[in-house]
Amino acid sequence: MRAIDRKLLRDLWHIKGQALAIAMVVAAGIAMLVMYLSTFASLQLTLDTYYDRYRFAEVFASLRRAPASLVDAISEIPGVAEVETRVVADVSLSVEGLSEPAVARLISVPERPSSHLNDLFLRQGRYLEPGRPDEVLVSEGFALARGLEPGDRVSAVLNGRRRSLEIVGIALSPEYVYTIRPGDLFPDDSRFGIFWMAQPALAAAFDMEGGFNDLSLSLMRDASEPEVIARLDRLLEPYGGLGAIPRSLQLSHWSVTNELAGLKGAGFIVPVVFLAVAIFLLNVVLTRIVSVQREQIAALKALGYSNFDIGLHFVKWSLLVTFGGAVLGILGGAWMGQEINRLYAQFFRFPILTYEVSASVVLVAVAVSAAAAVLGARSAVLRAIRLPPAEAMRPEPPANFRRTWVERMGLGHWLSEPSRMILRNLQRQPLRAAFSVIGISFAGAVMVVGTFSLDAIDWMLDLQFNVSQRQDLTVSFYLPASSRAFHEIERLEGVLTVEPMRSVPVRLRAGHRSRNLAIQGFVAQPELSRVVRADYRPVHLPAEGLVMSAKLAELMDIEVGDEVRLEVLDGSRPVVRAQVAQLVDEFMGTAIYMEIGALRRLLHEGDSLSGVTLKVDPRSFEELYRRLKATPAVAAVALKRAVLQNFEETIGRNLGLLTFFNILFASIIAIGVIYNSARISLSERGRDLASLRVLGFTRGEISFILLGELALLTAISLPLGLALGRGLAALTVRAYDNELYRLPMIVAPRTYGIAALTVVLASLLSGLVVRRRLDHLDLVAVLKTRE
Amino acid sequence: MGQQTISDRATVGRGAAAAVFEARGITKVYGMGEVEVHALRGVDLELREGELLVLLGPSGSGKSTLLNILGGLDVPTAGRVLYRGRDLTAAHEKQLTQYRRHHVGFVFQFYNLIPSLTARENVSLVTEISLDPMTPEDALGLVDLEDRMDHFPAQLSGGEQQRVAIARAIAKRPDVLLCDEPTGALDISTGILVLQAIEKVSRELGTTVAVITHNAAISEMADRVISLGDGRIVSETANAHRRPVDELVW
Repeated sequence: MRAIDRKLLRDLWHIKGQALAIAMVVAAGIAMLVMYLSTFASLQLTLDTYYDRYRFAEVFASLRRAPASLVDAISEIPGVAEVETRVVADVSLSVEGLSEPAVARLISVPERPSSHLNDLFLRQGRYLEPGRPDEVLVSEGFALARGLEPGDRVSAVLNGRRRSLEIVGIALSPEYVYTIRPGDLFPDDSRFGIFWMAQPALAAAFDMEGGFNDLSLSLMRDASEPEVIARLDRLLEPYGGLGAIPRSLQLSHWSVTNELAGLKGAGFIVPVVFLAVAIFLLNVVLTRIVSVQREQIAALKALGYSNFDIGLHFVKWSLLVTFGGAVLGILGGAWMGQEINRLYAQFFRFPILTYEVSASVVLVAVAVSAAAAVLGARSAVLRAIRLPPAEAMRPEPPANFRRTWVERMGLGHWLSEPSRMILRNLQRQPLRAAFSVIGISFAGAVMVVGTFSLDAIDWMLDLQFNVSQRQDLTVSFYLPASSRAFHEIERLEGVLTVEPMRSVPVRLRAGHRSRNLAIQGFVAQPELSRVVRADYRPVHLPAEGLVMSAKLAELMDIEVGDEVRLEVLDGSRPVVRAQVAQLVDEFMGTAIYMEIGALRRLLHEGDSLSGVTLKVDPRSFEELYRRLKATPAVAAVALKRAVLQNFEETIGRNLGLLTFFNILFASIIAIGVIYNSARISLSERGRDLASLRVLGFTRGEISFILLGELALLTAISLPLGLALGRGLAALTVRAYDNELYRLPMIVAPRTYGIAALTVVLASLLSGLVVRRRLDHLDLVAVLKTRE
Repeated sequence: MGQQTISDRATVGRGAAAAVFEARGITKVYGMGEVEVHALRGVDLELREGELLVLLGPSGSGKSTLLNILGGLDVPTAGRVLYRGRDLTAAHEKQLTQYRRHHVGFVFQFYNLIPSLTARENVSLVTEISLDPMTPEDALGLVDLEDRMDHFPAQLSGGEQQRVAIARAIAKRPDVLLCDEPTGALDISTGILVLQAIEKVSRELGTTVAVITHNAAISEMADRVISLGDGRIVSETANAHRRPVDELVW
């Protein structure tokens, strides 16, 4: 090894604490970058491969019932490559030994295994056998949640008849990567499962022989998707078509792509913060090294080392630290990515969720860290190059100090000499002080941005379940019922309050944009299921007109007062126009509401309802629940308690890990910045401080001069960091603004408190380490060094 | 690094007394804020092949500036310096680097060793970038430090450190050895050891040597003595005989 490189390694070892602190900041940034990039790439690759191999369809449509003969007409639509018709039905299901009900979606598949659209991947067990009508395949998520195995039996009510179904296999479909019941906020694998049943058996059970009520299409390469959908809708309209949708709006696909988009948008904010801090630290530390090594650099130049050699020397220094961090970061990122992927695997079901850190991700990480190294070394290198060797041979002249503005304002006599030293030192290098403050601020900011999502989710849950959804139970019917059903439920024992709901599937059109969704009708001022604005105020549904989620309005380019076209996909399928009366900021989904009376008038129907919400006396809860479940007309009973519990189990558990990471990372930044500032101050002023010790100052007094400066910088950076964190949180909120959910811009005081506390603790820790060095200051040796 | 050098390694025979350096009218003005400091005010000087020259003068007389200019560390404000007929004052930064790398050996008052490198490694620092160096071991042998080679500067006395610096300067077999107050930070007995090492280099390798000092006693070891004062040459004397270093007293 060349002597100059040996110098590099020994110099680096000499300040290993500082180098390690910087490397850790780089490692944290690179780890986040690698985690996000690899997770994104792995998910995307898995998704694409899955869709391709298992032939995920491109257009989906549901209808009441159409004869099989319609397939020929559909096949003739220009652009259609393949047509797959099915029978699909949602049924109520009970599993032995479990009291809570579930909804099963039954989907027909060919009697014998054959290649078809939305093909199944068989995880376990076997495919259905012809001639055995009670055999079913069950979706993996449901099987896992309910502990079902091939050979188990479940009992379901099919078209009013109870049937015992035998599970013969566990399967996955590209259609249900993300399995969520339409209208639910969170997926709940234990209450919604997909069952695949042989076509003849399912058709027989629902009187669909020779017909179908669901279809999917694949398209030719040059097909026009909107054109195909328009023609398909026209063909299906007489058969109760609910409006065809493209793949991009298919619930599972739409959820996955929204999640991927969020990941892509927010994934860069945190790594950028870390790398910016690393660049700052490299800059500060290297500049100090150039200053300390002023005479060594001059000697090297005198010995014939060129500017290039010397510049390279410091770039290598920077690269070594950064690459050390990058290696750690890539390994850490790969591990974190794997954990995150495992987390995603709880929500997204793939045959294999391959996780890999590709060569290109590693390359990006290395390139990014190299760029950070060069940027961080830049000013130090320039300084070293510009150093005139003849002058640099002599020690640096005494630093130029002035009275501070605090003193010039006449406040000087309030200050002790040590306080004056602190202020004058800060004023002498205001830029560095400013950067230190910014650096420490980032620590607080990372903490805030990393943990505010907990507040946001808490807030959303509170809004959703305590302010908006105040019912204990939600009951939905298979078919719209009349007011008689309402009164029957009202009379049930234990029912305290009951309110009707009417949900109507429509195709909403505004200009050239269209969406399939359900208009939800509630009473004008409901007690239970309320539409609530972001400021917690319930919305009074107007007597006329639509109340629409602001996100939907944005997507459809609609404003208050605009008229939209509603193609009702139910009943007599009227096509009506309605005015948008009000927009409401909601954080989940894209909903549209109407006062129930207005909705009924719009549909020209009587007092129909599709479900009710109930407030129940806790004492008669179990009995009521059992009775409702046993009622044939009731399709589903949703339990608020169960929904909340499910949410806390799945999401809450994962957020704990995330918070731990954030505290760790924020501490890394805080310690990195504060420890380095302290060490540099110590290196610059060790001589002054030792001189003071010789003059009779105590350790405590000289510590005050050095650590007081850090305390002051930390104090200044706290409010700044919290504000910066709020800003970054706002950026994250913007990145996660998608159709699926929006994060509210909520940061709880507790979060600010924890962030500030983390920074203060990290600061104290760094201070203690430096204080130990101050206590061991070698008075004689320090006075001897000529620096 | 460029391939240009100020001069190819010259092979002028010893005793031919050809001029290694020819300096004419060297002026150096430092602008320090609003004050101009004239470090050199028109110095003419020759340094001949193989001679040992002492530049004598009080601090502030401009002798360090002169040495830095001869060594290619600094450029004069006016005047010309020829090194073996090549104009140093017209050279680029890159050419000056090559010049220092291949032709000049520096010894500084405060040694300027790299503290994180051992004695041997400090010498390697130079041998690794020169064309025809001696081994670090040989160079350290010349200054009688064979048994201290693996010590770090902090483990060496001031005199030992300065001898490492001399070994580092001569390891490249420089054409000229420029020493700036080499004994300035040392007591007499260690100073003598250092000067002996310089004299040995001059005698055994035939290297052209210039030594700066404010100590008049040292001038007796020289072939020629030039006294500087206030940026000008005050006097120039030639010694008929160099006095052996161990006879010097101050």
